[in-house]
Amino acid sequence: MFLNQFLLLAAILFCIGVYGVLARKNGVLVLMSIELILNAVNINLVAFGAYWHVNDMANVSGQVFALFVIAVAAAEVGVGLALVLLIYRNRQSIDIDDVDMLKG
Amino acid sequence: MLALLVAQNIAFYIIAALMVVGAIRVVTTKNVMHAALWLVLVLSGAAAQYILLAAEFVAITQVLVYLGAIIVLFLFGIMLTRAKTGNDDDLDNKKSAKFIGAGIGVLLLGLMSFSLIDGFKDTEFGDLTVQRTAEVSDSIFSTYLLPFEVLSVLLLAALIGAIVIARRD
Repeated sequence: MFLNQFLLLAAILFCIGVYGVLARKNGVLVLMSIELILNAVNINLVAFGAYWHVNDMANVSGQVFALFVIAVAAAEVGVGLALVLLIYRNRQSIDIDDVDMLKG
Repeated sequence: MLALLVAQNIAFYIIAALMVVGAIRVVTTKNVMHAALWLVLVLSGAAAQYILLAAEFVAITQVLVYLGAIIVLFLFGIMLTRAKTGNDDDLDNKKSAKFIGAGIGVLLLGLMSFSLIDGFKDTEFGDLTVQRTAEVSDSIFSTYLLPFEVLSVLLLAALIGAIVIARRD
């Protein structure tokens, strides 16, 4: 297997996620697109980790960093969904276009 | 050995195609609930790719944390915000914003694939060996001990923060 297979798959997923963040206006769907982006990064980390592991058996840094990213993603979704719920409670909709009070 | 490699490649391409289709459906579907279910496909595909890369512990963690917890959290979010159960035409930004988003995505993809193909032309993995969970835990609790502790404090802070934000008072 080539290293590039996994890196290109991750690049495609990352770009789909970026499109989702830009094109969606529903708060929950934007968070889902962010999950896609974080997953793409994780695939990259694990692929590079496996690549280095072949040469240096004691080195599993790629996996460790992927685990850290998973944990941070879980925290991010928790806080993000709490914010979405708060927006919904205040304005009965989760369109992030409506949240423009800072515009003046 | 060669037969195994062919099998690995076939598995990779099938799972990769499923993941890309799932990801595109996540960002284009008109039904919020379907988006969450397509996300399940992408996330479990990622777990399968980790297995192909011989990273078992990350694969299991992916299933536990993403499929077990985060998807459920998303479904809760969808239900608590009383999203329409059927199709909803009001999920996307206006047409022009979508075109700009698609342009940025394609541009980014072109740039990244150029630099990846240029940088890693045909680097091969060699013989992938299983990365044992014991090695991972040794690494976390020795080299990466400090980041690990910081991460646990971050999780606690996020937990308290989420409760404080979402609490009704």
